[in-house]
Amino acid sequence: MSETATKPTIKTASALDTATASGALTNAPVAMDIKNYNLNFGPQHPAAHGVLRLVLELDGETVERCDPHIGLLHRGTEKLIEYKTYMQALPYFDRLDYVAPMSQEHAFALAVEKLMGIDVPLRAQYIRVLYAEISRIANHLLNVTTFAIDVGAITPLLWGFEDRERLMEFYERVSGARLHANYFRPGGVHQDLPPGLVEEILGFCDAFPKRIDDLENLLTENRIFKQRTVDIGIISPDDAFDWGLSGPMLRGSGVAWDLRKSQPYDAYADMDFDIPVGKNGDCWSRYLVRMEEMRQSIKIMRQAILEMPGGPFMVNDRKVAPPPRAEMKHSMEALIHHFKLYTEGYHVPAGETYTAVEAPKGEFGVYVVSDGSNKPYRCKIRAPGFAFLQAADFMGKGHMLADVVAIIGSMDIVFGEIDR
Amino acid sequence: MANFLTDYLIPFAWILGGIILTVACLMGGMAYLTLFERKVLAKIQLRIGPNIVGPFGLLQPIADGLKLLTKETIIPSGANRAVFILAPMMTFILALTAWAVIPFNQYMVLANINVGVLFLFAISSLGVYGIIMAGWASNSKYAFLGSLRAAAQMVSYEVSMGLVLVTVLLCAGSLNLSQIVLAQSHGWFGVSWLPGWYVLPLAPMAVVFFVSGLAETNRSPFDLVEGESELVGGYFVEYSSMTFALFYLGEYMNMILVSAMTSILFLGGWLPPLNIEILNSPYLGPIWFVLKTIFVLFCFIWVRGSFPRFRYDQLMRLGWKIFLPLSLGYLLLVAFVLVYMGWLPKVA
Repeated sequence: MSETATKPTIKTASALDTATASGALTNAPVAMDIKNYNLNFGPQHPAAHGVLRLVLELDGETVERCDPHIGLLHRGTEKLIEYKTYMQALPYFDRLDYVAPMSQEHAFALAVEKLMGIDVPLRAQYIRVLYAEISRIANHLLNVTTFAIDVGAITPLLWGFEDRERLMEFYERVSGARLHANYFRPGGVHQDLPPGLVEEILGFCDAFPKRIDDLENLLTENRIFKQRTVDIGIISPDDAFDWGLSGPMLRGSGVAWDLRKSQPYDAYADMDFDIPVGKNGDCWSRYLVRMEEMRQSIKIMRQAILEMPGGPFMVNDRKVAPPPRAEMKHSMEALIHHFKLYTEGYHVPAGETYTAVEAPKGEFGVYVVSDGSNKPYRCKIRAPGFAFLQAADFMGKGHMLADVVAIIGSMDIVFGEIDR
Repeated sequence: MANFLTDYLIPFAWILGGIILTVACLMGGMAYLTLFERKVLAKIQLRIGPNIVGPFGLLQPIADGLKLLTKETIIPSGANRAVFILAPMMTFILALTAWAVIPFNQYMVLANINVGVLFLFAISSLGVYGIIMAGWASNSKYAFLGSLRAAAQMVSYEVSMGLVLVTVLLCAGSLNLSQIVLAQSHGWFGVSWLPGWYVLPLAPMAVVFFVSGLAETNRSPFDLVEGESELVGGYFVEYSSMTFALFYLGEYMNMILVSAMTSILFLGGWLPPLNIEILNSPYLGPIWFVLKTIFVLFCFIWVRGSFPRFRYDQLMRLGWKIFLPLSLGYLLLVAFVLVYMGWLPKVA
């Protein structure tokens, strides 16, 4: 029993084959046709991260095939966006990767700005960078701690969510919503930071590294955690490219590729931060990359706050940005602008763009085609998680059932963006 | 007639009363162990834990029990009915039976048999059958995988656990649990007021025993049989209502049992922490015993709050490649020291 369980089953099988060939087992009955069995992993499964359905072909506990099924959370986002004005389309991006909503908004806002040729005021750029990094920490906190749950550690989640809740509060302070913020707009951000918020975020930046240390204490060098993650789901840099991986999945394999550095958008060019890369491309490397990225995000947040210039938080173009309330009380023109903006929306010049941001999960891109009307002609969304999930079979094959859970956990998939 | 009364009826009533008292205490203890676990885990995880039902959530276990009682028992259509229902009963009954030989102090023990350790070992080994039966009878893949893991896991751990027991037996010179406790009453380093618990001289064995106990009771980090994030609950995934509750009760009862065994074998059972006259009263015995058991239980929960789960093959490797040589080596060492120094206990 223990013999077959500890060693990979392949070995024993080949030993049996040679034994049969040499005639040692002539008295043995004709080899029975033992079939592997399929296990439906999800969509109702604690480790399915939403509605993932994996059909696993198992040989004992060894996974022979790992077949992800998608579509259980499909909402037709891309099609819906074609029927919405550019302003109405934005909230759909919150609902893609609902773990880090503002990063998705960022991509769409940048894409529309590119098509319209808008120069975003510097203050708005800094606010966006600040909130994109807040989103990054919120995402990594969720991923790292649920990953810990997947390998059986229950405490990190509760610790991490204490701080995640504070990040959600920052969302709420600035936009009124904890999750679906709808805060980044083409042309800037919806409203300026409320007074006192900056100090609170700075306070968070001071306190949070301690929490990362606590989490690292619990996990990083824990022998069981390392046994469960080191050398599990290894993906080489070449394979990572081939499977279209990005973000921490790619950096975990040792490729220093980060859109914030390679093609900086908004104020990222002014920020001083490092790109952490992993060595082995296994689950542990990806975990370490995420932990370090949280520290780097804190660094960026500090810079964004301390160097944030004054000035407008939205372009001063009444065709794109709504007029201030006060102005509407006495200016007829402002009132008309407001009405037009919120009914017809603005027209975007004909053209097309692929704009990508470094979302917490990886390269999140939107391909927007405009026909010059007030609605996008086509809006293709490139979600990083979709590519990750493709690699599930490649990474999970030959591992054990428990490892597949760890691999799925380290891939950081959220079904909102995969199914769209 | 008088003979019948004094010879049979009174002892019978006496034993029956003892059994009922023990079972009642156990059920109560088990119920509050769940609350204790939730409270301790909550503290570890910066939460409050149950605090709505009763003061400090003290009535929570009762509410949970009532809830389970009122639920419907669902038997899957593909299940083997008889075995399906028998499995939780078996787990539960075995978990209770083991308590017959546990001494609460020098006089309070239901069955003071001279092979208590063997009895305990036999009963706890049978526990795995309940799990295997449940996994097989459920006719569910997750449950089946869970029971497969259970079989492998129990086999790996019982061997080293047995060797640990042998080490203790060598030192104590008896299979009787009361004798084992009494053998720990001579203070360390010959100082009479110090405790003489085996945890100090047999420290590695105590650790091996505790860890094996975690594995034996399917507690984190060895809870692969349940494997929440892999097997969705494992062998009892198809159980509901009281059938589920019996597994749950059995698991916690086993937890208490292993803790009690740890405190008897290594922490001196009912013996006081300092060997002085005031603390040595037989009335205090059960209190020391319970306190030590609670301490071990706390460690169980502490471990659960801190560690990730092992993988199935890693657990086997730990059992066969690390614990087995370790306990075997230490057993030889202890035997050698005992013989060489002439410390072997005199068997009466």
